[in-house]
Amino acid sequence: MGFVTPDYGTIFWMLIIFGIVLWIMKKFAWAPILKALKDREKSISEALNSADKARKEVAGLKASNDQIIAEARREKEIILKEAREIKDKIIAEAKIQANAETQKGIEYARQQILAEKTAAINDIKEQVAELSVMIAEKVIRKQLDNPKEQELLVKDLLNDLKLK
Amino acid sequence: MLIAEHNEKKMMQILRPILFLILFVFTGAGFVSAAGVTEKDTTNSHSEGFEAGKHVIAHVSDAFEWHIATFGETHISIPLPIILYSSNKGWNFFMSSKFHHGHEAYNGFRIEHVGENEGKIVEINQNGEVVGLPIDLSITKTVAGIFVSVIVLFFIFLNIAKSAPKSVNKAPAGLQNLFEPIILFIRDEVAKPAIGEKKFEKFMPFLLTAFFFILINNLLGLIPIFPFGTNVTGNIAVTMVLALFTFFITSISGNKHYWKEIYNPDVPWWLKYPVPLMPIVELSGVITKPFVLMVRLFANMMAGHMIVTVFVSLIFIFNDLMGVEAGLGVSFVSVAFSVFIVLLDILVSFIQAYVFTLLSALYFGMATSEHH
Repeated sequence: MGFVTPDYGTIFWMLIIFGIVLWIMKKFAWAPILKALKDREKSISEALNSADKARKEVAGLKASNDQIIAEARREKEIILKEAREIKDKIIAEAKIQANAETQKGIEYARQQILAEKTAAINDIKEQVAELSVMIAEKVIRKQLDNPKEQELLVKDLLNDLKLK
Repeated sequence: MLIAEHNEKKMMQILRPILFLILFVFTGAGFVSAAGVTEKDTTNSHSEGFEAGKHVIAHVSDAFEWHIATFGETHISIPLPIILYSSNKGWNFFMSSKFHHGHEAYNGFRIEHVGENEGKIVEINQNGEVVGLPIDLSITKTVAGIFVSVIVLFFIFLNIAKSAPKSVNKAPAGLQNLFEPIILFIRDEVAKPAIGEKKFEKFMPFLLTAFFFILINNLLGLIPIFPFGTNVTGNIAVTMVLALFTFFITSISGNKHYWKEIYNPDVPWWLKYPVPLMPIVELSGVITKPFVLMVRLFANMMAGHMIVTVFVSLIFIFNDLMGVEAGLGVSFVSVAFSVFIVLLDILVSFIQAYVFTLLSALYFGMATSEHH
């Protein structure tokens, strides 16, 4: 059974060859290959991590965007409300002012009318007094005996008055 | 220049699968050619009949020359260097062709064909009497086969090592793509679970080298055409050296806890004193583990080669016993079974390489595990 007894010549060569092969493979094959595999795994995991981070960032950005939009909307509403209030206030004030102006105008007109009226009354009074004096003068001056004449005269005078 | 390079690349891409196919076709077809060679052997030179046992043993054993084919009386073989040292003649270097296929003596040396030194080179005197055994460090067929497989190993992995750093940020291609999953498998499924996350890196070079050395030798051994087909992993000296490497690496990297468990294991005192029963058992375990590694790989690969040769020999046994028709009839069955066994051997090649690596990794893991 020659083939189950290890041959020392083969052992000798195999030890040398396998030893050298192990050394060469370790140094020139496995070192770069295992390193490349490790590097690739690292770069893949890094890429995944950064993608995850980017996704989170985008989500955060979106959330903050929403917040900003909501705030802007709120602000817009506040501004609109204020504007509306200001408008109402202005309108109300304008109304009050206009009312006051009108009242003032009416008051002024009334006073004017009153003044005119007083003046007219005074004028009438003066004229009446003048007329009365004039009538009296004429009556006195004519001295009519006949009542008919008298009546005619008064009538005439009254007509004159009316004509005026 | 660039276009030429591109064309060459394209051609290699087309050629590669074809070469691969040819390789596999020859795994099966080679046995037919082997059968043809043996047929001529039986009908012409050995008319006394076909000696199946001798043929099978010769096929799986080591040799001083690399036999390729025999046509009639002409043997076609590659001569290999013979390196001998004897106290009388000192160092002797010559090619095995000087022996004329073992038929002649040269320079006082002869290949013995009978007796206890059968198959070995013996030193003889002028009268042809054996005077002693020289120290024989010849490059035998097995050693030459190791060289071939090492060349293949270097070709594959130095190429990958060249392309690997360039493909860190992209998908691997070509050879690298083929072998990277296997490397990752050894790393993630064998080394990491067996040795542990922290220490496995130290052992990766040996595990990978052993795995691919065994795998490539197993597979090349199945290709029965020159320069492949040597029964390297079916040679017990080769598997012994591989197991020795595992043994020495285990012993060197063994920590305090490992040695304590061997010399002073945690067992009741009467198992240790006065007779150190458990230490003896544990110590024998240290030797048995690599021994089992050696025998398992050797026996598996040897058996595969033997069975195929036996099936092919069947054709010639029947040919001798019952005539050419019987031989022809049996040949169909034999070839079918041989193909089946070769396919099985391809599977076994992977399994044995895996088992050797896994067990080595487990032993390394045992040697480096911390006390728990």
